Amino acid sequence: MKIASKENSAVKMVKEALEKAKKYESYNIFVSLNEENALRKAEEIDAKIAKGEPVGRLAGVPYALKDNFLSREGNTTASVKILAPFKSPITSTVVRKLEDEGAIMIGRTNMDAFAHGSSTENSYFGPTKNSKDTERVAGGSSGGSAVAVALDIVEFATGSDTGGSIRQPASFNGVYGFKPTYGTVSRYGVVAMASSTDCMGFFTKNTDDMDLLMEIASGQDPYDMTTLPDYYSTTEPKAAKKIGVIKEFDNDAVNPEIREALKAKTEFLKSKGYEIVELSMPTLKYALAVYYIVVPAEVASNLSRYDGIRYGYRSEEAKDLSEIFAKSRNDGFMPENKRRVMIGNFVLSSGFYDAYYLKAQKARTKIIEEYNKAFSEVDYILTPVAPNPAFKLGEKVNDPVAMYLEDVMSVPINLAGVPSLAVPAGETKAGLPIGLQIVGPRRSDKNLINFAKELEEK
Amino acid sequence: MKITREEILHLAKLSDFELKESEIDGLSKNLEDIIGYISELNSLDTEGVEPTYQVFEMENVWRDDEIQPQEANREDLLALTKEQRQDQIKVPKVL
Repeated sequence: MKIASKENSAVKMVKEALEKAKKYESYNIFVSLNEENALRKAEEIDAKIAKGEPVGRLAGVPYALKDNFLSREGNTTASVKILAPFKSPITSTVVRKLEDEGAIMIGRTNMDAFAHGSSTENSYFGPTKNSKDTERVAGGSSGGSAVAVALDIVEFATGSDTGGSIRQPASFNGVYGFKPTYGTVSRYGVVAMASSTDCMGFFTKNTDDMDLLMEIASGQDPYDMTTLPDYYSTTEPKAAKKIGVIKEFDNDAVNPEIREALKAKTEFLKSKGYEIVELSMPTLKYALAVYYIVVPAEVASNLSRYDGIRYGYRSEEAKDLSEIFAKSRNDGFMPENKRRVMIGNFVLSSGFYDAYYLKAQKARTKIIEEYNKAFSEVDYILTPVAPNPAFKLGEKVNDPVAMYLEDVMSVPINLAGVPSLAVPAGETKAGLPIGLQIVGPRRSDKNLINFAKELEEK
Repeated sequence: MKITREEILHLAKLSDFELKESEIDGLSKNLEDIIGYISELNSLDTEGVEPTYQVFEMENVWRDDEIQPQEANREDLLALTKEQRQDQIKVPKVL
């Protein structure tokens, strides 16, 4: 990406980004724009450049912020009513690191409320439209961020990926989306969804930008005790030889054009001398059920903090303390938020805990073991991101299980905590983007991003 | 698995949601569908497998027990509440 310089002013870049954001208003990409602050910061960077002072590695680069990253600029809503009035008093670590390098947030992007969803239709502010077909969903939960990059409004955007929320919208819009190894990028200052699978990452237009953003954003953070000691920048280069494909993912439930796209890429890799290895991972078919037990349980716990008292929306009708909780939460949450919290409390309640929650955590162990075994045989695994390209708006929004089934190929990665990069892999005949994902062993993030270049057909 | 009205209301109570009457039937159907789907896990053999609760490979991250300066101060935090008095958050009478 191009950074600000004497020839390329930050003000010009920021103004252009803001103009494009307004031009595409009908896509409902942004919850709010950060016009005044963005222009002021751009002027400051231009002034520094004029004086010959050093500027950061992202100087003047306009970016879009998923609206669950806390920052002191504007409201942090997570696209949910209960947080709509919330002005954060703190800055998330990711935002701080990006801004320290001179990146300029031009707007906050729409998402499924609390990041619960796969289409951005669960937003309190209405759905975001797909960049290629406005009758179709943007994907989710980070739909606004994906479309902002796909429509070239910004150079990059942030996202959070708990079960595919970066990779799936990236694949629905034909851009790169990276979910790092769990613990590589700080979760501090991001609205918590499921603490054992939440990962922060980015949307970009190419792999070099992704690598640069990971150099900047990764690293141990004293504010997030689950961050790993720095390893990203010091990763030893390792050339890949063997690429795995998963036998169980090659079935009739997957769109034939996506299966063809995967086959075309494996043939391409073969022609470049890579060995393609078919893997059997029979437990992966249970990963979706495991995910929709473990994640709602963590959601029920994490969302119990919204009380209508300390911050956010409070119901006007509440008369006593218990009504403040129950009415503010009921009014303030979207239907999918309620489903997940209630399922979470169901699987955690006595009588069901062993059969659902404990069982799922045992299954999680088996899923992790399958990945460990796979990575003893291959360097990376190549699979589709989702079984279908972007679906129609309204098609699945009232049928949660149909919506969940779209996550079947993205959630196992989060349960195992391994990294995965969604890469564009052509389009369907109808012109909808197809995405594949490259999955690697823990801490292989940097080499994995570099390997993605091998899939590009020049 | 059939979810009764009482069970939905019990889960809503555990979750601190005062559901509107119009929400109950739809939620019952959704939760039945979801529980039906996640129950497929029963067919997986997990005999003798240890559970995994987190995928973070480290343990016991220590730090000194010292007060550090924070970005948010008391005024910032109190400004987020609806009602406050004498630097404290005011809520309706509890007892």
